[in-house]
Parts: sequence; structure tokens; C-alpha cells
Amino acid sequence: MADERTIRALEEKVAELRRLVEEDGVDLREELALLERRLQALRRELYESLSDWDRVRLARHPGRPRGLELVKRVCEDFYELRGDRMGGDDPALRGGLARLGGRPVAVLFHHRGCSPEEQRACRGGMALPAGYRKAARIMHIAERLRLPLVTFIDTPGAYPGVEAEAANIAGAIAECIATMLSLSVPTVAAILGEGGSGGAIALAAADRVLMLENATYTVISPEGAAAILWKDAAAAPQAAEALALSAPRLLELGVIDEVIPEPLGGAHVDPDATAQAIRDAVIRHVSELEGLALDERRKLRYSRYRNAGNCGVKAKAD
Amino acid sequence: MPIRRDDRDRYVEVELRRGEEPLWLRCGSCGELVFRRKLQENNYICPRCGAYFFLTAQERIAALVDEGTFQELTLPLESDDPLSFSDRKPYADRLKEARESTGLSDAVVIGVGNIAGHRVMLAVMDFRFIGGSMGIVVGEQLAFAMERAAEERIPFVFVVASGGARVQEGVLSLLQMAKTVAARQKLAQAGVPYIAVLTYPSTGGVMASLASLADITLAEQGALIGFAGPRVIQQTTGEKLPPGFQRARYALEHGLVDGVVPREGLREELVRVLQVLEGVTSGG
Repeated sequence: MADERTIRALEEKVAELRRLVEEDGVDLREELALLERRLQALRRELYESLSDWDRVRLARHPGRPRGLELVKRVCEDFYELRGDRMGGDDPALRGGLARLGGRPVAVLFHHRGCSPEEQRACRGGMALPAGYRKAARIMHIAERLRLPLVTFIDTPGAYPGVEAEAANIAGAIAECIATMLSLSVPTVAAILGEGGSGGAIALAAADRVLMLENATYTVISPEGAAAILWKDAAAAPQAAEALALSAPRLLELGVIDEVIPEPLGGAHVDPDATAQAIRDAVIRHVSELEGLALDERRKLRYSRYRNAGNCGVKAKAD
Repeated sequence: MPIRRDDRDRYVEVELRRGEEPLWLRCGSCGELVFRRKLQENNYICPRCGAYFFLTAQERIAALVDEGTFQELTLPLESDDPLSFSDRKPYADRLKEARESTGLSDAVVIGVGNIAGHRVMLAVMDFRFIGGSMGIVVGEQLAFAMERAAEERIPFVFVVASGGARVQEGVLSLLQMAKTVAARQKLAQAGVPYIAVLTYPSTGGVMASLASLADITLAEQGALIGFAGPRVIQQTTGEKLPPGFQRARYALEHGLVDGVVPREGLREELVRVLQVLEGVTSGG
């Protein structure tokens, strides 16, 4: 059975061999090719049979490219806008203007931080009311300037803290959802890592919702569900399965429109290829949406959310 | 249900009443045995210590509307357990138990009624039904109620008692936040007022969507109002919670609500709001 540690060990060996071949000219090309084939096979074995819990771990992988890193690769000329104009700015939820496929767009994204200091400042991607108010501000800019809105989601959830509650985090999220639903410009959301509950849907009430292959989107973290329903933190893997939080399951349920494939091994293995795949998908969906008349787009968005989950109800049995 | 005394706010968590209606009820706060009818006359407030008992949706409706005017419109829908969810107990069993013990099909009751002669659309949550959690059926009932209120041009009154989105329906529950917010815009387009009444508890996904978007927001005295529950906050951040944190008065002091009203004054407060808005929807 392939596990991540075996793969890491093999990766290191391959890297060492390659150094020997390239730097010292040692002729080990055959051995190298053999090892590389074995590595690919192991990766395929491991990553093509991922459990939902495996995906949770991949979505949280410390090497997974962060919001800002991906946005800079997906879009060109990202120009950041800062501040909620009400006394705050939150580095965990960022946004601004950018060019995408040769045209201007408005972007919003969660950012978990790259360096340890930045990660602390971003609270691991858990945004504050100031972040969601800035997001709503940028949504209004998108509307005024007729810019398609593209959002990138990667958050464990909104920040659960005293200050956030005192500043009405619930209301800030609600306002974001309401603003996003009311826009007349096309809206595309892409879930890149963790799509954690209210903090995620605040940016995900879009015309189209896409998900990276190993991203998750859930009403509660598997650990939270395990604690509440199983009364046992160790049940998190079972909870992950039960919550249907993976991209393939959510595509089946009709919650998302497309799964964006990741390189074998996860987005961190090849951030450039990951960004390219995201870029292609987002540009395609934005153009499709722009091909629709405004009324049509509005009607489709309303019916998408008005009927959300209606596969899951039945007439009452008397 | 843990029992906790809070002198500051008088609202305590009291053992939920289930199944048959006993003649006598014990106050979970002071232990006093109270005659059921006496409690009913006293708005389900313990006559000895002032603790608030949880209200069922029906009791809440009876306390707010003019007698005999309520017409229930709850759609005949049930959850179909779309994820075939099972934790230590299958969700299907939890639903069945909740239906049997409450007589409800899910955690909200909707309908039209009069409050001092003002016709309103009411949506009242029932905390007994899986913690008043919002799954697809709740989202559907709320959206339907708002659409009807917009069509009939009558104010929408939403009484919240919910811990948040229903875990057992996964992301489909999360999407009900967007559903109810989308339907809320129908009220705005029709110029129909929306009044929210936040009770114990008003937290999580319901609070981070529909419950935060009212035109007028009232809190019942002692209500718990917030996004993350106190336990989650303490566990995640290790922060010490200030006294009265997330309770109705705290919400008022932090600008989250327009007023805090004791239970016995809630109907009169709604009458005042409806009166000042009289005629707002008749402009056409």
C-alpha cells in the first residue's frame, strides 16, 4: 500500500539521482527512469483512491499554494485594494482589481499567509468582520465598474473570537451573501483549499462554483462534527465521509459545477500547473456567463439558490 | 440540556419538555414545581425565579397573535436525508424521533395571523427539533413564507430559535443560507417590512444569513446572539469571555439589535413596530 512517507522517500532518492546525473555526469539514467516510473505508479495508487479524509489533509497540506500565491499566478497585474472604510483591514480576506484573460475583473480571496508571521496575522485564513466588509465593498466596486467578480475560497471558517462577535461577524457574512446575490455582473467562485462553513459561503453565492479536486466544502469541520455528533474527536475521518465534503461528491449533488483537476499528488506538487488549470476554468465560465443576457443570468442565479438542496426533501407521508 | 443560572439576564436553559404534557413542570433553574396553566398564563416564565422556559413554536405563536387568527401554512415537506447521514445514530432515526416528540415536520412553523389586528406572515422556529437547526426543509419553509409575504404585501415576522445550519444535511444546509437571503430580497423588492425576533439561541448559519438581515431586529431578554458558540470561541482562541457575552444586552450594547424586550412585553413591542409602519405596504 502506497503511503505518503514512501513517496517522499522515493522523491528524495529520485532528486539525489538526478543531481548525480546532472551535476557529476554519472550515467544512472536507466536507474533514474525506473525509479521515476515507480514513483509515478505509487502516486497514482495513492492519489487515485483518496478517501475524503485524505482530501481534507491535502486541502490543509502546509505546502498547498496560498490564496495570494495562486491569485498572482491565475490573474495578471493584481492590484490590491485595502480596508473596509469602517476602521479596519484584514489580511486574511483580501481583494482588488486584476486582469484575467485580457480583461479587468474584481477578485476576492482568503489568504492563510505564507511566512509564520504572516500566518499568525492571517489567523490561518480565518477572516474577521473587517475582511467581510471589505469584501462587500469590493463587490460594490465590481457592480459599479461592471467587472465580473471572481472569488477564491480557502478558509477553515470565519474567526471565532470575542472581538469578531462584538463587531457582528454574523451580520458581516450575511451582508456579503446578500450583496453577492444581488450583483448584476457575472460571478464565479473557486474553492481552492478548505471551504469552511459560513466563512466560505460568504464568497461562494456565485453564478458558478468550481472546486479544485482535493478541496473541501463543508457546513462544519469534520473535527467539529465528530465532537458534536460522535462525541469523539477520533471520529473525524468518519465525519469527513458522512459530510460529503469532497469535490466529486458535491458535483454529484449538484452543489458545484466543475471539478478542476490537480496534479497527481496535489496542488503543492505543481502550483503553476494548478494555477493554469484554475485560470482556464475561470476564464471559460466567465465568458459563458457573459454570453447570457442579464435577465437570464439573474433568473438562473435566483433559481439555483432558491431551489438549492430540493433533491433532499420529499412530500410528507401521512 | 445543561442548566445554567444567569442572574444578569434571567434567561436560563431549562429542561426541554418532551412527549406528553404533564400537569406540573419543574423549573430547571430554581427547582420549583409550577402548575402548567399557571406557567402558561405567566408567558412560561417561572413565577418564583423569573427563569424563561423554552417555548415551542405553537406556544410562541399563541403568545404573539390575536386568539384564533393563526392559519398555518407550513408546507407538507420532510427531509429525505439526502446524504444518508449517520453518526452514532442514523439521521433518519433522529428525524423520526424529532417528528414524533414535537408533532412537527421540521424545525419551523409558518403561517399568517393578526397581531393586534395587523396581518403578518409569521415564521417561528422550534428549538426542540434538532436544536432548531436549518436544513433544506427549514430553508424551503422560510423562503416560501417570505415569497408569500411579498405577494400579499404583509410584514414578515421571523422568531429565531436556532443553533445554526443542520450538520446532517452537509453543504445542502449551508446553501439554505443563500436560499433564505435570496428570498429575503423578494421582500425588499415588494417594500415589505421584515422584523426579526431573536431568542435563545440565535447563532450559527441562521444568524449569519436571514436572521441578520431584518429591517427591525428585536432580542428577547436573555437571548444568546452570535455566530460561533461560546465553547468554540474558548476552545479555538483560549480567550476569556466577558460577562454577559453574546447575550441580548451585549448585542444591544454592540449595535447588533434595535431593542431588548422582556418576554411578557414582546407582543406589545411588535404592535408598536407594526403600528409605526402602518400603511408602508399599501403604497403599491
